[in-house]
Amino acid sequence: MTTNLAIEASGLVKTFGELRAVDGVDLAVRRGSVYGVLGPNGAGKTTTIRMLATLLHPDGGSARILGHDIVAEADAVRSAVSLTGQMASVDEDLTGRENLILLGRLYGFKGKAAKDRADELLGAFGLEDAAGRLTKNYSGGMRRRLDIAASLVVTPELLFLDEPTTGLDPRSRNQVWDIVRALRTAGTTVLLCTQYLDEADQLADGIAVIDKGKVIAEGTPGQLKASVGSATLHVRLLQGDQRPQAETILARELGLVHLEPDPSALSVQCPEADKGAEAIAALGRAGVGVASFALGQPTLDEVFLALTGHTAEDKEEVKA
Amino acid sequence: MSVADNAAITNALSSVPRPPRPSAFSAAMAFGWRGMLKIKHVPEQLLDVTITPVMFLLMFTYLFGGAIAGSTGAYLDYVLPGLLVMSVVFTTVYSGVSLNTDLTKGAVDRFRTLPIWRPAPLVGALLGDAVRYVIAGTVITTLGLILGFRPDGGPLGVIAALGLTVVFSFGVSWLFTTLGLFLRSPQATMNAGFMLIFPLTFLSNAFVEPETLPRVLEAFVNVNPISIMTDAARGLMAGDAAGSDIAISLGVAAGLTAVFMPLTSRLYRTRS
Ligand SMILES: Nc1ncnc2c1ncn2[C@@H]1O[C@H](COP(=O)(O)OP(=O)(O)O)[C@@H](O)[C@H]1O
Ligand SMILES: [Mg+2]
Repeated sequence: MTTNLAIEASGLVKTFGELRAVDGVDLAVRRGSVYGVLGPNGAGKTTTIRMLATLLHPDGGSARILGHDIVAEADAVRSAVSLTGQMASVDEDLTGRENLILLGRLYGFKGKAAKDRADELLGAFGLEDAAGRLTKNYSGGMRRRLDIAASLVVTPELLFLDEPTTGLDPRSRNQVWDIVRALRTAGTTVLLCTQYLDEADQLADGIAVIDKGKVIAEGTPGQLKASVGSATLHVRLLQGDQRPQAETILARELGLVHLEPDPSALSVQCPEADKGAEAIAALGRAGVGVASFALGQPTLDEVFLALTGHTAEDKEEVKA
Repeated sequence: MSVADNAAITNALSSVPRPPRPSAFSAAMAFGWRGMLKIKHVPEQLLDVTITPVMFLLMFTYLFGGAIAGSTGAYLDYVLPGLLVMSVVFTTVYSGVSLNTDLTKGAVDRFRTLPIWRPAPLVGALLGDAVRYVIAGTVITTLGLILGFRPDGGPLGVIAALGLTVVFSFGVSWLFTTLGLFLRSPQATMNAGFMLIFPLTFLSNAFVEPETLPRVLEAFVNVNPISIMTDAARGLMAGDAAGSDIAISLGVAAGLTAVFMPLTSRLYRTRS
């Protein structure tokens, strides 16, 4: 029971007929962290989450949630976790407030206490103005916020969030991100499934990359990037005709230079920030005007490409 | 950050202690309350199922009544109990449709992760459905009374007929909740449900005397449980019910419940 892991899964398997939707997944998620499960559509994220939340019976392997076995102690798991599924599961025929009161009552709040709790959550999630409207008239972002609020009627120790921003506009997405950050501050462990590399990078302390039911890489966002290769120095010049000169200098300082499609831009692998600064200074001494420069970590896109041979975005576009 | 205020969220997360889990009774009542709210917010759904029997009532009574039974009044006496059974039995299809909606929209997932008495969602939904059945039955009976239906069984007979119809429909509703957990969409559940219930209702004695039908059809109509239920309702309203009709109707309800209730709750727990 005294474990500092919120989730310990080993060798989880779920098959649907011939398909091994989840094919031996191991996870170790520290209490109080936000952990990202990153993978393209169909990778097995939802199936994994549903097993961990006791909604699906695993066909192999085992997992403990906050020390409780997901099969043998399903009730204990249920009382400690909450799930915000991929589909917003709010009841469209009820108002936002009624949705939360219903869940309040189902968690054991009585009469006025259920109403007060609903109002408190509606306020915190910026939904008080829409509280009395049927949720079928809510925007996607409002529905998503209500759905997350519904998972927090009783503060869970662990929250499963399945693709909380898929299909949302950027403003709503930022609001959901803020909610995840607030959850983390409050000490709730969050398991976040996403197909957006950016999202995992922004929110997660640790990430498991999953593809075809298997974890293909695991680590902090920084470690994952490092495993792909070193950082890149991006330089944009004031004048495009100085590019050959800049190329020579950067090649001498750092190595092989990549010429970008933009005629005034170049990039070069840069393992250490110091050397990058040195190279920029060398450009200045030689009279090459630099408009801007940036030392960029490889994006998680590149991580995915390096790990799987295809990008997550490719697959997603095919589906859409 | 104006819309989702971080500090307010952090506060809301820690503000209340977890209450003890609700009793089986309060969990079921919460789901019953949900059913009432749906009737309040989506009255169209109730209207959908009531409108057909109401139209039939007007149409059969005034258009065909004279031809089938000799007079409008006589036909009203014959057809009203049948329409009562039809309107309430039609309403049971919606029990399956709303369960399927919960399943496909993800509500079942949420309910299943709650630490509540397992059958609470189903039992609570039934409470809401019961109100629906009573409303549907009352609408058609009231309309009949307005049109001049004066059964010999008196108010008690009418209430008994309504009560028996509701109990019978409870049994039938388990068939559709099972169906609702098997099928892929609410629309498919509705279509399949009505495909089943329409022929059963029309190939019954609800509208015409079985003796007027071709022999094969007559044989089917006579064993159709809806015919027997209709006979029981007619008997109760007329004050001369056959005990066997009532017993068979209750038996059918009990049988359907015994088979399909466990199936429904099993599917509810396991279907993914
Ligand atoms: N109930 C099911 N029956 C059959 N196949 C399923 C079922 N649920 C998921 N799958 C399949 O399992 C694979 C993984 O699905 P899922 O876990 O939903 O992926 P993700 O959430 O990563 O998009 C997919 O190929 C999907 O089609
Ligand atoms: Mg998914």
